[in-house]
Amino acid sequence: MSVFIQRYTARERSNHWVVAIAFVLAALSGLALFHPAFFFLASLFGGGTWTRILHPFIGVVMTLFFIAMAVRFWRFNRFTPADRQWMKRIGDVVCNRDQGLPELGKYNAGQKYLFWMMVVSIPLLLLSGIVIWQPWFAPYFPIGLLRLAVVIHALAAWVMILGIIVHIYAAIWVKGTIRAMTRGTVSEAWAKHHHRAWYREMTGK
Amino acid sequence: MALQSLDITARSATTTPSPSARGEAVKLAKLIDISKCIGCKACQVACMQWNDLRDEVGSNVGVYDNPMDLTDQSWTVMRFSEVEVEQGRLEWLIRKDGCMHCADPGCLKACPAPGAIVQYSNGIVDFHEENCIGCGYCLTGCPFNIPRISKKDNKAYKCTLCSDRVAVGMEPACVKTCPTGAIVFGSKIDMIHHAEGRIEDLKERGYSQAALYDPPGVGGTHVMYVLQHGDKPELYANLPKDPSISPLVGLWKGIAKPLMNLGVGLAVFAGFFHFVTAGPKEVEDEEEES
Repeated sequence: MSVFIQRYTARERSNHWVVAIAFVLAALSGLALFHPAFFFLASLFGGGTWTRILHPFIGVVMTLFFIAMAVRFWRFNRFTPADRQWMKRIGDVVCNRDQGLPELGKYNAGQKYLFWMMVVSIPLLLLSGIVIWQPWFAPYFPIGLLRLAVVIHALAAWVMILGIIVHIYAAIWVKGTIRAMTRGTVSEAWAKHHHRAWYREMTGK
Repeated sequence: MALQSLDITARSATTTPSPSARGEAVKLAKLIDISKCIGCKACQVACMQWNDLRDEVGSNVGVYDNPMDLTDQSWTVMRFSEVEVEQGRLEWLIRKDGCMHCADPGCLKACPAPGAIVQYSNGIVDFHEENCIGCGYCLTGCPFNIPRISKKDNKAYKCTLCSDRVAVGMEPACVKTCPTGAIVFGSKIDMIHHAEGRIEDLKERGYSQAALYDPPGVGGTHVMYVLQHGDKPELYANLPKDPSISPLVGLWKGIAKPLMNLGVGLAVFAGFFHFVTAGPKEVEDEEEES
């Protein structure tokens, strides 16, 4: 029988899922406005005009809750020498050859990169989003800045969508991971295998 | 709605061809001869009357410009520039500002709403406000700073070149009303010929740099100017010398769209095929005991 240890509290999980839901809604509505191939997604939000109205508010919700999440998690996302060794063996990690990987804390380097990518992308999205936010804020900015903002917004969103695709896939790929965010717990075996230093810290073993 | 008598050649946010079974229409153009304009603003009044527009009454700030800028209710405005073209020689340059109806319209390129901006085969670029979502992207695409978002309905508005009048064989309202014949309308070829005659006349009268303004950076325009000082269009209330769609908008609406879509698609495929080849990362039970 597996023994489980706590990885995320109920508050942490709720915080994560608010960000996740807001991200999905922001990404779907944003894609609708980005490329005609995705314009049909505007129907999910009540048409093009509603998509334009709702998208920025969804983005603000995502930003606020991400800030809360970043405050909770940033200290576990500082890079350590073990991360550098782990990154050197990223090919083995991808091919499921995990023997002899360095002992990691709560997060591996990939998770840390995702975290810092979001720390950079979300403020960029918020700031560039405010500049192009019709009809409330855009009229107060010069057109040259609007042109720059639309490009930054699209680029930052793209980087973030790619990052989240990897994030979601990694959760599916590494078995036993999803329950960390749905139930709050992971098996001891999972913790020992993927995050041994964190496991030692949690159990004292 | 699109007018049956005007075929559409380009439609915003549409990746498939526009209806093109009917033959090419004659390209039309409006020619504004600035040397003939007396700044009476009859064109502004005609535009308001025909299009049922009423701007707010502003206040006089000591210049002739009235209203001071284009708005959702003012699709054309006279811009008055007092310019000392050479020492001791003051000229009053009056430019009728409004949509230039670019052959390569930046507004249409930037627009994300299918069919909110169309280009008719006669060259007119028109906004179909019923499809407009109010995002303001057209503002970023326009090299002439023309579209305005209405505070009433958050939709974008601009000069239609009286597409409704043109569709039934009439000239635009501003052309019809102009008392000095400074605004003329017809096929683009005829308008270029007409402009050549005007430029010759201006050159004889000492305006050696007189020229037609039909900027190639936007593929030419369907509203053209005869400028007395064709070498210095900036004199005319900052008419851009070589306008083009901003490279940032070109990047965003050009290469970025297909590349970013490809990137997202590849990421999803890579994940799927990684799963069916390398397989999931599972923790074996023995590890627990070890």
